[in-house]
Amino acid sequence: MKAEAETVIAVSKNKYNVNKIREDFPILKKKVHDKNLVYLDNAATTQKPTYVIDKVNKYYTTMNANIHRGVHALSQEATEAFEAARIQIKQFINALGKNQIIFTRGTTEAINLVASSYGRANIKEGDEIIISHMEHHSNIVPWQLLCKEKNAKLRVIPVNDNGELIYEEFEKMVNERTKFISIVYVSNSLGTINPIKELISYAHQFNIPVLVDAAQAVNHIRVDVQDLDCDFLAFSGHKIYGPTGIGALYGKVELLESMPPYMGGGDMISKVTFEETTYNELPHKFEAGTPDIAGAIGLGAAIEYVNKVGIENIKEHEHSLLEYATKQIAEVPGLKIIGTAKEKTSVLSFVLENIHPHDIGTFLDFEGVAIRTGHHCTQPLMQRFKIPATSRASFAMYNTKEEVDVLVYGLKKIIEVFG
Amino acid sequence: MNQELRELYQQVILDHNKSPRNFRKMENATKFAEGYNPLCGDHIDIYLLIEDGMVKDVSFKGEGCAISKASASLMTSTLKGKTVSESEKLFEKFHDLVTGKLGENPDIDELGKLAVFAGVQEFPVRVKCASLAWHTMINALHNKDEKVTTE
Repeated sequence: MKAEAETVIAVSKNKYNVNKIREDFPILKKKVHDKNLVYLDNAATTQKPTYVIDKVNKYYTTMNANIHRGVHALSQEATEAFEAARIQIKQFINALGKNQIIFTRGTTEAINLVASSYGRANIKEGDEIIISHMEHHSNIVPWQLLCKEKNAKLRVIPVNDNGELIYEEFEKMVNERTKFISIVYVSNSLGTINPIKELISYAHQFNIPVLVDAAQAVNHIRVDVQDLDCDFLAFSGHKIYGPTGIGALYGKVELLESMPPYMGGGDMISKVTFEETTYNELPHKFEAGTPDIAGAIGLGAAIEYVNKVGIENIKEHEHSLLEYATKQIAEVPGLKIIGTAKEKTSVLSFVLENIHPHDIGTFLDFEGVAIRTGHHCTQPLMQRFKIPATSRASFAMYNTKEEVDVLVYGLKKIIEVFG
Repeated sequence: MNQELRELYQQVILDHNKSPRNFRKMENATKFAEGYNPLCGDHIDIYLLIEDGMVKDVSFKGEGCAISKASASLMTSTLKGKTVSESEKLFEKFHDLVTGKLGENPDIDELGKLAVFAGVQEFPVRVKCASLAWHTMINALHNKDEKVTTE
């Protein structure tokens, strides 16, 4: 296949060739304000390799049709490609069956699906749901809505000054009223990797199901749902070099089967009369309507690409970037890193004395550097650290030490201007 | 520094950011409103002392980026001694300036020092920063209790 042949995968056993990898990402050649683009906003979304772009393009140019419906050749081809993507995901997170992988629009929709379907059916007045202080708004608001509707209580695991969960507090919080735990694997604002496996194992002693928000995890570390023994796991395609608007929910079969449908419509039914409807089997029961077929195929391709580079190689490369950046950035006067957990992915959140993140963002933009500034959709976490916002640089497989140098140079220049 | 950037961050703006004028809570304020920009978490409180239709005193508290802080600081310096209707007119004019509606050769006499914000029109995402204090001031004048947000 053309796309495959043209894709340069640049990893041999011992040598990670970041320059070769960069060639796979066409956008990295772009100039911003006449400077080379230095894209350090990967926790918001990652760039896409040619391999993914070509697969999406190929779908529309050679096989576009609706899936699971037609008897014609195109429909069968499209269905096969779509279902092959599901298998890619299944293997990637080591699920037992492909019927456990439900396509969603992203992590947010996956969490909402569980909160609406499982939550409405199982949470009762007086029950408690546990989340943490470092959740993204998408793992706070769905549970808040559910708690409001059911008169249940939302409980929050606190975070220490390094941005780590205070695990002992979690164990103390669990009681006979605890009916669900929804927790982030890796913090989008701080990069903290949470002790998810330990937490799940504790929760299971009391038969409490756990949902893992893995949006910031799957692209940085190996995620194995059987090893974790999580009950649900959610992630988004666009954070792992795939398209936006597509993601997946993994769930244990017995839970998914016991849950009522989330949305009604086509594809999720096996028989409809005006008196009664029988629902389709898993995973289709939760996939009403025509999905983002091209997006799913793109996500499958992104996973293939990540597999070829190797998640362990990516992890190692990103870790060395994080170490380098943490050291270099410490030289910037008045800079404070927010999030200094022992276990971290490649996220560097920081504040500069007397200079607002928004101003930093605008200045860096003129150096070609794209970072995120703001509350990162984690307002409670910002309140915890008594700051309105941070600047966040987040690194991906294609970033380099030279790019870190551009960031640090830019920060030093801002300080000169602001005096 | 890049030209566009220099026009956004003029010396006057950097100066007002560093040492904001009228940066205090006002105990005897007759009007008050809270302004909030959910996008970046900027938060500004505006206090006004209105007597006989005149802005006798105006001050602000809060936190924000250089643009929003300097804008609040310059606004308070400008409004002191103006009538309420003059203040409202100035808001319109300022808003037109930062959104680029005044065109190539804006009549900046009326705006005075506020003209330093002309560079904002090149930065659409920063218009909200520049106008937060002004929107909040208008809400305070009109006795709107609810929080102003720029969204």
